[in-house]
Amino acid sequence: MNKTVNNRAWLLVLPVFALVAFSAVLPLMTVVNYSVQDTFGNNQFFWNGLGWYQELLDPSSQLGERFYDALWRNLLFSGIVLALEVPLGILVALSMPRRGIGVAFALVIMALPLLIPWNVVGTIWQVFARSDIGLFGYAVNRALAPLGTDFNYTQGVLAAWITIVIMDVWHWTGLIALLCYAGLKSIPDAYYQAARIDGASRFAVFTTIQLPKMRRVLLIAVLLRFMDSFMIYTEPFVLTGGGPGNSTTFLSIDLVKLALGQFDLGKAAAMSIVYNLIILAACWVFYTVMVNVGVERRALGTPTAGETPPAEPASAPVIPIERRAA
Amino acid sequence: MQQFAWMAWTWQTALFFAGIAALLATMTLLAALRPETERFGVLRIPTTRGDRLFLSLVGSAFIHLAWLGLAGPDHMWGAAVLSLAYAGAVFRWV
Repeated sequence: MNKTVNNRAWLLVLPVFALVAFSAVLPLMTVVNYSVQDTFGNNQFFWNGLGWYQELLDPSSQLGERFYDALWRNLLFSGIVLALEVPLGILVALSMPRRGIGVAFALVIMALPLLIPWNVVGTIWQVFARSDIGLFGYAVNRALAPLGTDFNYTQGVLAAWITIVIMDVWHWTGLIALLCYAGLKSIPDAYYQAARIDGASRFAVFTTIQLPKMRRVLLIAVLLRFMDSFMIYTEPFVLTGGGPGNSTTFLSIDLVKLALGQFDLGKAAAMSIVYNLIILAACWVFYTVMVNVGVERRALGTPTAGETPPAEPASAPVIPIERRAA
Repeated sequence: MQQFAWMAWTWQTALFFAGIAALLATMTLLAALRPETERFGVLRIPTTRGDRLFLSLVGSAFIHLAWLGLAGPDHMWGAAVLSLAYAGAVFRWV
């Protein structure tokens, strides 16, 4: 076990460093560089300073208006998706079988949508929700026919949103269900036996045993789903292309329209930076919470280092499920 | 230099990244010369100098954007002062 210390070993990292610099660091620097300039093509650039940022952050300007619209739209989408998927995922996890042959069956069924590529999911729903040849769209339209309205996601804003939200629920509820199921599986039978002796109701078992035990995986699930839905691109792009109008243009779709559709490199770069900053902040929270969710408890009693941490509460057996899930 | 002209670098961008690079180099030197242990601050999470630098930089970016959005581009030094104060607070208490 004698390790020799030789700092020249760091030189072996240099190729990776060069590769990352070429493929990630320099392109990122380029984005920053473009965000303070303007170009009219021909690879001629003009200094614009903070101009694009100012326009981007000003809701009364054209760029600012579409940025804020896409941002609120995206946050609304994330909110709706979380509000639907989390309770649904918990419900599904609670009703999944604990033992027997059904376990494998339920796990596979839950995992299936997660294995489908994003653009295929978009295509599936694009066809599925069509009113002429899609089963879902046709059935909904038949049901709505007596009311005199129709369901058409290419024309109706509400229909487009409903389709996208259902598609996302269809795609990702399985993830939350699987995470919650893993949390539920880690509860020892003794807890349930004790609850039965105490005559606890089903609801009491849920709120006092199951929910606290799922707290950690739920945290991971919520953060994962928030990040994913905040960066969503492919599915709505395939399904609605951001329409009708701009009603389902989320941030990443808007960014691509700006950068590749209009070739407004400066505006797109400024928007990328701000978008990236939001993601970075969310990522930091995600990472910090994930790493510290167990440590936090212990740290509460020890404001200064050096003190012996208090005994861990009995309800904190180490279940590294979130590590595996990530 | 001529063969990099197509990348349209500006000295302002160069200055910005030189600043970041200098900060990182300083942190590396500090880590080598004065090793540290993690500590628990007001956020109740273990942080190192690197974490505090990251929080300072990301926070400064948001402070500058907020200043630009609310007060306009004329007095950006205000955002810089505010960011420095924020960074100081982060390094002192987080």
